[in-house]
Amino acid sequence: MSYEIVGITVLWLFLYGYVIVASIDFGAGFFAYYAKVTKRDHIINQIISRYLSPVWEVTNVFLVFFFVGIVGFFPSTAYYYGSALLVPASFAIILLAIRGSFYAFENYGSKQSNVYMFLYGATGLLIPASLSVALTVSEGGFIKEENGVVSLKYLELFTSPLAWSIVGLAITAILFISASFLTYYASRANDKPALNLVRRWSLFWATPTIIMALTTMIFLGQHNQRHFDNMLDLWWVFGLSMGFFLIAMGLLYIGRNYGTAFIAIMLQFFFAFFGYGAAQYPYLLDPYIHIESSVTNESMGLALIIVFIGGLLMLIPSLILLMRLFLFNADYAKGKK
Amino acid sequence: MEFDTVTISRLITAMTLTFHIIFATLGVGVPLFISLAEFIGIKKKDKHYELLAKRWARGFVITVAIGVVTGTAIGLQLSLVWPNFMQMAGNVIALPLFMEVFAFFFEAIFLGIYLYTWDRFKGKYTHWLISLPVVIGAGMSAVFITTVNSFMNSPDGFTITNGEFVAVNPIEAMLNPSSPTRIAHVLGGSYLTVAAILATIAAIALLRKKGAADYHKKALKMTVISMLVFSILTAVAGDTSAKYLAEHQTEKLAAAEWLFETEENADLILFGWLNENNEVVGELRIPGFLSFLAHGDFMSEVTGLEVTPEDERPPLVIHYLFDLMVSIGFFLIGISFLYLVLSKFKRWNVHNKFMLWMLALSGPLAMLAVEFGWIFAELGRQPWIVRGYMTVSEAATSSPYILHMFFLFLALYIVLGTLFVITLRKLFKDNPVELELEKHYPELEKGDKK
Repeated sequence: MSYEIVGITVLWLFLYGYVIVASIDFGAGFFAYYAKVTKRDHIINQIISRYLSPVWEVTNVFLVFFFVGIVGFFPSTAYYYGSALLVPASFAIILLAIRGSFYAFENYGSKQSNVYMFLYGATGLLIPASLSVALTVSEGGFIKEENGVVSLKYLELFTSPLAWSIVGLAITAILFISASFLTYYASRANDKPALNLVRRWSLFWATPTIIMALTTMIFLGQHNQRHFDNMLDLWWVFGLSMGFFLIAMGLLYIGRNYGTAFIAIMLQFFFAFFGYGAAQYPYLLDPYIHIESSVTNESMGLALIIVFIGGLLMLIPSLILLMRLFLFNADYAKGKK
Repeated sequence: MEFDTVTISRLITAMTLTFHIIFATLGVGVPLFISLAEFIGIKKKDKHYELLAKRWARGFVITVAIGVVTGTAIGLQLSLVWPNFMQMAGNVIALPLFMEVFAFFFEAIFLGIYLYTWDRFKGKYTHWLISLPVVIGAGMSAVFITTVNSFMNSPDGFTITNGEFVAVNPIEAMLNPSSPTRIAHVLGGSYLTVAAILATIAAIALLRKKGAADYHKKALKMTVISMLVFSILTAVAGDTSAKYLAEHQTEKLAAAEWLFETEENADLILFGWLNENNEVVGELRIPGFLSFLAHGDFMSEVTGLEVTPEDERPPLVIHYLFDLMVSIGFFLIGISFLYLVLSKFKRWNVHNKFMLWMLALSGPLAMLAVEFGWIFAELGRQPWIVRGYMTVSEAATSSPYILHMFFLFLALYIVLGTLFVITLRKLFKDNPVELELEKHYPELEKGDKK
């Protein structure tokens, strides 16, 4: 396989990792606030904070990994996306900063204030909204390059139904993924009242997620015919995604095997995410960044891949250790340790 | 309002880095001292050290959080504010940037484990062992990022043909000529600064006489010894760094030392100012010493600023930054040495008011030295972003919204800084050492009062 394909696959994998772990985190923020407003926080907030406290820094690194990696593998992404996304990405940084400091100031510092709980919940929805702009922009038509100056067409972006449906999909998917994970975590902790609550949320958010996914498909077809046609050619990938979604729904509905249900949801998004990404080939930014012509030189590509493999050999055992200690340790989940 | 995007781009990056470097320095250094304290605690079976490690770790969590968010900010800002630079960097120096993320990932995972597993392992050393990947990960992050900054000063490992990068050697770019000395200086400086800050905390606690004196005295002894060791190492690394400048980046040294003409047996100029004829007045002069520092020989020739074209010379103000950094460095060596001498003689009270005040000043001064050092390093490279290849004005974004972003980030840092101070104060005020000692280690209380 050529460097550019290895490179983009690796990066896409990390972005997928970020989508999953960050969704759990962002959604949990929203649910924590919602539970507080509806006076049910005593039921679930213990579960949420016990899971999130040890892993939040790890979540952030997935994102950093992606944007550092993509500049390494495809340097011209820095030029185009960097120039165009100054404003939306700066907003994302600010929101991430507010959220990141929430953990520090609230969890370690003092008791929970309403303002901070609100910010924590709100940033959980606003960060994905601002980050999703990058995906919208990649479809083309939102950037102009004049006299060597790259800029974003704000009016087109804000009036684009595609942009808004991607935002909607991002938010509904986050709530769905997060609720399903919390369902699994509550069942691990053997916490019945919390389980009932989050399972209902998970079943509820499934429908809007699928509706938004279909809506996005329709608007994508109107905006970028090439991408849309490629997706139709990969129909079986999206079919698999749908299949796993149905399995997950079945299990959640019957009320058993929540772990398997969550894995099915992860696979559902895995196939959808990779189908979407593969259909965008050969562009990283339609039509400015073509994957083959924008890839970095061979020696850098090779060096990055070697480092990546070495890094994974170090990280995977560490991540497994982290998960065994916190995530899959039933005593910890129950709050005994 | 008239403004040019290049200036604002520089200001926004300067602001982010000035803020971030505080937390980055703490992030690199504090894990070493937590690990050291826990180790001594186990070795000596002394609960005071265990508590030291725990309390430092608790404060560290807050600094790490801000380090993470400001680090994410600068990571993204590099592409947002300097898109042309990052396009070039992506081609040549992406490797250490990529490795830095791995190092941080590694550190973050083990930090999470370390913080939440104080009492979960049977063997005492098991928990301590978890601190090692944190120390190493933090140190390696600094190493990798410093190589990127070194590359900007002494680019290497590629050639340009028709505007394309050819013969790129990522390892050579990473281990460029200035990397080794700068890595040593940055690492040493971070450990020194953190030792000084932890000493400041202990010294202030002793000055306020709120109790738990034994605890604070142990903290002070441990951190001041570290200060002496690391201040000497940092000075040596700084000296080799200056020798590198004299050899390879003459305009930076010449501007820092106000050496306008190439000279043999050049004098070292300390402070002073320039009059309207650009002559140095009011300075302290050490004859021949610049030649000695630059090449190890009082008679050697030091290259002056005149060999550099006028529009490629760094601003002369860096002279003050350099002198201030070095002065603080010598103050730290002196004060930690004095402390050790005094502590060897039982007759003198090493914890007298003067000593404690001086040590209390060490931390803030050391952090200032870090800031001066970095501003010196960055201004001293002007007008280049990658020396000899790309200037900062060629690298900057052309977005008209950069000024708005400047104020947005200014507001963010003000809020973060304020919350940081409030949270730390709360964290330690609500749970003072005396109280925690009494609660968790009642057996120590008696020994403490005698």
